[in-house]
Amino acid sequence: MSARARLLLALGAVAALALPLVLPSNYAVNVAVMILFSAFLGQAWNIAGGFAGQTSFGHVVFFGTGAYASTILHATWGWNPWLAWPMAALAGGAVGLGIGALAFRAGLRGSYFALVTLAFAEVFRILANSAEFTRGGLGILIKADARAANFQFRDPAWFYYVALALVAASLAIAWWLRRSRFGAQLAAIRENEDAARALGIDVLRAKTLCMGISGAMAGAGGTFYAQKYLYIDPTIAFGVEKSVEMLLVSMIGGAGTVFGPLVGAVALGFVGEATRALTSAQGLGLVVYGIILVAIVARLPDGLIGLFARRAARRGGRDA
Amino acid sequence: MLEVRGLTRAFGGLKAVDGVDLDVPEGAIVGLIGPNGAGKTTCFAAIAGFVKPDAGSVRFAGADVTGREPHVVARAGMVRTFQITQPFARLSVRENVMVGAWLRHARRAEAEAAAERVARAVGMGAMLDMRAGDLTVAGRKRLELARALATAPRLLLLDEVMAGLNPTEVAEIVGVVRSIRDGGVTILLIEHVMQAVVSLAEQVHVLNQGRIIARGTPAAIAADPAVVEAYLGHGAAARLAGGGGGG
Repeated sequence: MSARARLLLALGAVAALALPLVLPSNYAVNVAVMILFSAFLGQAWNIAGGFAGQTSFGHVVFFGTGAYASTILHATWGWNPWLAWPMAALAGGAVGLGIGALAFRAGLRGSYFALVTLAFAEVFRILANSAEFTRGGLGILIKADARAANFQFRDPAWFYYVALALVAASLAIAWWLRRSRFGAQLAAIRENEDAARALGIDVLRAKTLCMGISGAMAGAGGTFYAQKYLYIDPTIAFGVEKSVEMLLVSMIGGAGTVFGPLVGAVALGFVGEATRALTSAQGLGLVVYGIILVAIVARLPDGLIGLFARRAARRGGRDA
Repeated sequence: MLEVRGLTRAFGGLKAVDGVDLDVPEGAIVGLIGPNGAGKTTCFAAIAGFVKPDAGSVRFAGADVTGREPHVVARAGMVRTFQITQPFARLSVRENVMVGAWLRHARRAEAEAAAERVARAVGMGAMLDMRAGDLTVAGRKRLELARALATAPRLLLLDEVMAGLNPTEVAEIVGVVRSIRDGGVTILLIEHVMQAVVSLAEQVHVLNQGRIIARGTPAAIAADPAVVEAYLGHGAAARLAGGGGGG
């Protein structure tokens, strides 16, 4: 990492830590929390969809699995939510490994893989809607008891710091993938599977493992969401909107890059707030997202990060 | 080093590879030639695990690797290149070669150093930061070679690394291949270009319609009537021998 990049990173970290102190209202802090959370889930998608090129349309299945896992452990079985949290990551990771193993063993690639993940998410939604232990369509309420020991905070700034820690961890994982053997294997698989196999890469194992990591991250995100809103139901946990959001922030920011999901989440967060401020029309935000996505796909295949990288390259810099 | 016995693979009713026997002794450069559609590439794919053979066996360095997955074969030390180059297009040349180097190196600095060493050995030292997708045909052929070489193989299967190159580039690659062998890597190469094989291989096998029709030194092969007929058509050998000056 260059000295300039390190300085920028340090400045960014300080600004992120100080942000809740300068934001004018709890509402603004909550917006920041949701932007960070969206960046974290986007990074989970990015590990599989960006780094390994396994585009999933159903990543919400891991988020929902994690949300239900920790919430059932907490609300039904009386576990402390902090202890239930790692179990959510484990559950999300296990579902990731399972779906990955099934889909990749069947040789599904590209749009077929995307459709199968979408189908899995729908199956999980329907199951959650009808099963007893998920309380069906009623969903599960978490009893409000705002104590930090309970993973509930009166002051949203604390959720902000938890979300910030999640984002920092996800950036570290992405950074490791950029540098490591495993990451190089995923990039090779994304670019050309046959060539990857010829060079000794166990493609099936690497892709499945990558889905496990991605699923564990999204599963951990599920607990955070449940503890923030104290309620989940099948539509929240397994609805297609969240899958789309994860994919959007990553692709708009720059799929397969370390900071892409964060950049995308900030950009979409601002767009979302702006459309909400300007009009009360329901769903206008999604229309604007769609237009932005089309523009990005058509003009900026490497996302917003690609734009910065190109400008840096023009200035003669490297390693953007 | 490599022993292929009775290798057979059919697609539908067509036997693309039909009972091929092939030996590659350690330290040799062996050529596999034949006209278009003779089954050379399928033969390679079946040896390296990319297609499962219907019958026959492949032994590599004393172990049976018949029908094993390509990555298992590669880890054992037998690595193939592709006739139609398969670069990791959006990665740099350095990153491409590093994918190969990571197979034998667990640490990034070591993998990077190994990749740069290999890239220089095949004459790509100046192209390390280029995007693989921006390389010329000759560059891509070298990249195929560099990536495979970076896995530190014991046997390299080269699939037409000289096709589509001009004579100067062919001469350069011939030098590179020879130096790879002198570095202790055994080589089995498929070539369509007769001249390249003649200048490199000590032993040549000729494949036609899935069967080995001749084997021997390049000089013997070039004089073999069966080979001449396979390339030039039925009766060609007799016409040539008859001194058909009109041709």
